[in-house]
Amino acid sequence: MVLDDPTTRPAQAKTESPWQHDKKKEDMQWIGKPIRKVDARSKVSGLQRFADDLSMPRMLHMKLLRSTHAHAEIVSIDVSKAAALPGVKGILTGKDLPIPFGILPVSQDEHALCPDRVRFVGDPVVAIAATEEEIAWEACRLVDVQYRELQTIGGVHEAAATMEPRLHDYGVRGNIHRLENLEFGDLAAGFAKADHVREDTFFFEGNTHLPMEQHASLAHFDKDGKLTIWSSTQTPHYLHRALARVLHPLPAHHIRVVATPNGGGFGGKSDPFNHEVAAAKMAMLTGRPIKVALTREEVFHCHRGRHPVLMRSKVGVTKTGRILSMDFQAYLDGGAYGSYGTASTFYTGALQTVTYPVENYHFRGARFFTCKAPCGPKRGHGTVQPRFAVEVQLDKIACDLGIDPAQLRLQNLAPRESLTANFLRIGSMGLGTCIQKVVDGSGWKTRRGKKEVTKDGRIRGLGLACSSYLSGAGLPIYWNGLPHSGVQLKLDRSGLVTAFCGSTDIGQGSDSVLGWIVGEVLGIDPLGIKVVTGDTDLTPVDLGSYSSRVTLMTGNAAMQAAERARELISKGVSEKLGVPASRLVFADSRVFDAENPKQGMTFQDAVICTEARFGTIGTVGSYTPPASAAKFRGGGVGPSPSYSYSAAIVEVEVDPETGIYRVPKVWMAHDIGRALNAAVAMGQIEGSVYMGLGEAMMEESAYRDRTHKGNRVFLHKIPSMLEYKSPSVFEMPEVVTYVVEDHDKNGPFGAKEVGQGPLLPMMPAIANAVFDAVGVRVDENPISFEKVFAALQAKKEGKEPRYGPSTGADGVPVVDFGDSLKIKTPWQGGDGTAWNEPKREKKAAK
Amino acid sequence: MTDAKKVLATFQVNGEPHEVAFAPHKTLLEVLREEMNLTGTKHGCELGECGACTVQIDGTPILSCLSLAVDAVGRDVRTVEGLAQGHELTPLQHCMADLGAAQCGYCTPGVLMTAEALLRDNKSPTRDDIKQALAGNLCRCTGYLKIFEAVELAAARMRGETAEPSKESIHGS
Repeated sequence: MVLDDPTTRPAQAKTESPWQHDKKKEDMQWIGKPIRKVDARSKVSGLQRFADDLSMPRMLHMKLLRSTHAHAEIVSIDVSKAAALPGVKGILTGKDLPIPFGILPVSQDEHALCPDRVRFVGDPVVAIAATEEEIAWEACRLVDVQYRELQTIGGVHEAAATMEPRLHDYGVRGNIHRLENLEFGDLAAGFAKADHVREDTFFFEGNTHLPMEQHASLAHFDKDGKLTIWSSTQTPHYLHRALARVLHPLPAHHIRVVATPNGGGFGGKSDPFNHEVAAAKMAMLTGRPIKVALTREEVFHCHRGRHPVLMRSKVGVTKTGRILSMDFQAYLDGGAYGSYGTASTFYTGALQTVTYPVENYHFRGARFFTCKAPCGPKRGHGTVQPRFAVEVQLDKIACDLGIDPAQLRLQNLAPRESLTANFLRIGSMGLGTCIQKVVDGSGWKTRRGKKEVTKDGRIRGLGLACSSYLSGAGLPIYWNGLPHSGVQLKLDRSGLVTAFCGSTDIGQGSDSVLGWIVGEVLGIDPLGIKVVTGDTDLTPVDLGSYSSRVTLMTGNAAMQAAERARELISKGVSEKLGVPASRLVFADSRVFDAENPKQGMTFQDAVICTEARFGTIGTVGSYTPPASAAKFRGGGVGPSPSYSYSAAIVEVEVDPETGIYRVPKVWMAHDIGRALNAAVAMGQIEGSVYMGLGEAMMEESAYRDRTHKGNRVFLHKIPSMLEYKSPSVFEMPEVVTYVVEDHDKNGPFGAKEVGQGPLLPMMPAIANAVFDAVGVRVDENPISFEKVFAALQAKKEGKEPRYGPSTGADGVPVVDFGDSLKIKTPWQGGDGTAWNEPKREKKAAK
Repeated sequence: MTDAKKVLATFQVNGEPHEVAFAPHKTLLEVLREEMNLTGTKHGCELGECGACTVQIDGTPILSCLSLAVDAVGRDVRTVEGLAQGHELTPLQHCMADLGAAQCGYCTPGVLMTAEALLRDNKSPTRDDIKQALAGNLCRCTGYLKIFEAVELAAARMRGETAEPSKESIHGS
């Protein structure tokens, strides 16, 4: 293979950026066209093999016995009865897997099976493999675990007040996992200059991903000492690393992780999970293939979903609504383990400045450990809760100032090609267009505030909200200087092009992205390209399907690999035809002379003559995001190669007596840089609207509180698909979608993220629409009917027409955040470092 | 429970006989997936809440996770694997594939088995008819809109019309 041969690199990029962001739509054959996904027909034929669809000869079924206590010490585990049950082939407890793991290097705080303490109801304690699933369950029932109950910790207030017992022996102190305190610019000066200042308190209840597919894995340890695990994971590379750590001394190169197609992920399959680790170990113990398939209830225990976040935001604005100072506090209920929590904490502060400029910005964030299923990344990771707060607060500010909320936003757009107060680099920025589209489409200017009454006596309201989101995180989960994504192309004399990439299709179509980009560059039909992904033995590393990184990062890597292949084939064809390489065109599965299109050959013949000239053909491409301008501690979370923008207007119809409302129509505009495939991009936007609607109206991961005695305290209230309400066909509104394409120079053909951003404005837009209709504020998500009713009651009684957390001093926990890191903003002449940052201790060499 | 005596029975699945030995308490879902290796039928809850396991019995969509396999013996069982005729997909399968109505594809078999039954009984379903039919099928990816559009497009094509998806549904407004 010709691997990164410098002689075959493109000599000169044809456009300003290597990623061809300026290429005209009409000059492209495949990009932007609504061609079906590479695996679309398998999906509609029942042929796509998900993890639980796999089986092997002699396969055993594994089940996990989970804790029935929210916090307890494990006194003893007696497995003798279970071991005696016919059909039981293997039993593991915590002592068999003593090495901890976790997705982030700073929080390696999980064990596959709890060794000495359980921290939430559902924490796994024992794993049992048997010849049949029912035998494994029965064996679990025969295990006798003796617990000694410990004090439970239920929420952020309790966690802040409880120094002992600590759920973990790491973290800041007591049950505080993380504290962040970042100050950009001069807050006091901003507030002093402000024409209007207001402070609000918001709460965003946790909710969960609820992927249709329950997590499942199949592990096999062969007699040559190689372990393979097929698993419904969004992050095969990170699972690979976790297994290599936990299964030490099994070498990493003896471990193969194959990510099966995910039946929905939404962030819920991004951690290395205890069931995956236990299945791998059990395969090694028994010498037989091990299948583990979680029940729906167990998926609720796995969780890693949206953090419940309590927020307090003080904002000072000019008469026109320009934000001079923002002082934002976030208190995250992290659940029992670290998971992505450190990143989540930073994300509740990082993107406030990207949608509208914030001149001076202070962020304080605290994440707490509590006795509930661990929280982590869900679609919009960490940025959803503050976006709810900020957009509702801006609506209130517009009201206070007597400005149209759309106008307020339009006159305060973050400038394109600029640095924010916290040193995030904004590139293309289509929010203005987005707002204009939804304002025009919905009739906002004439219909807002009109309180139209429907036939059944409901009052109509319109609400607007906006957002921005990342196109992938600028830094990887673990510190390294390696590419974030790699793509390898194999070109074969049959004319077949195979793209190998570690990325994982979770339904968003990332496999197809590889096909579209390679197809466009090489002028061949994307549906004829073979795509091999998510297999750590076969494919180059890609960090995984999270933070909306795949289209941009694997897209750019695929483009580089394809450009290199094109360069090589151009040489081969040029020599054969005697036509200068620069004149060759790749289109319609042919390579031909631009000046004489008949002079050319099929793509297959082009590959053959190139192979004859240079030998076996293979190229690689890789992508590393641009360096961040933020150099202060904590500046690693937030930077992204580009940001997407979206604006939503939601129409609601509220019953003024009961608070029951429906959402008949949504107008959503999303700036995605460039639609690589129109239909698939539309699907991502509509799916985001759907999920945001569910979060706003009904979805919540709620736990039984202290009024429930004994071990039912902190049990998930509704761990089933029936009771955990999610929108059905009946709740889904009509959606008018506007695809805005503000090409970004950092994206493949100008593309930015598409699948997460439009979720964010849904919840605040609904809250704002409810206010427009009936004049009450719900400062808490979900905006459930009973909260609207409570606010209506308050209004009737002449009280503040609001439902939400206490705005008083007792509203947020008492936490000593210590001194803030002080960073001068770009407009103060700052260089991205903190001027009072203590020197970081150099890590001792290993 | 685990030593329940197995029964031997012959199922008609997708027009073919399958002779299977299984424990009598097994659901149709379990027997299809585990004994016949017809894994196209999915499970999302195994409690009748999500619709992913929908198959047709004598043409009627049912939840295979709530049906005992023994009750399906001697009846005409159809699963997603049995929709295509030879290599040719049904109009609905084509439309769902082309419109991106299957994102992760996990709820798709259940949606297809429900909607195919609707299209057989109702040549011109309204949006409301489609919603009524699909009320028991949860989907977390699509927001259902591309599914509705696919059913409508397939209905039109099955009526012999040369229908194409609307520009708005593909490119936005």
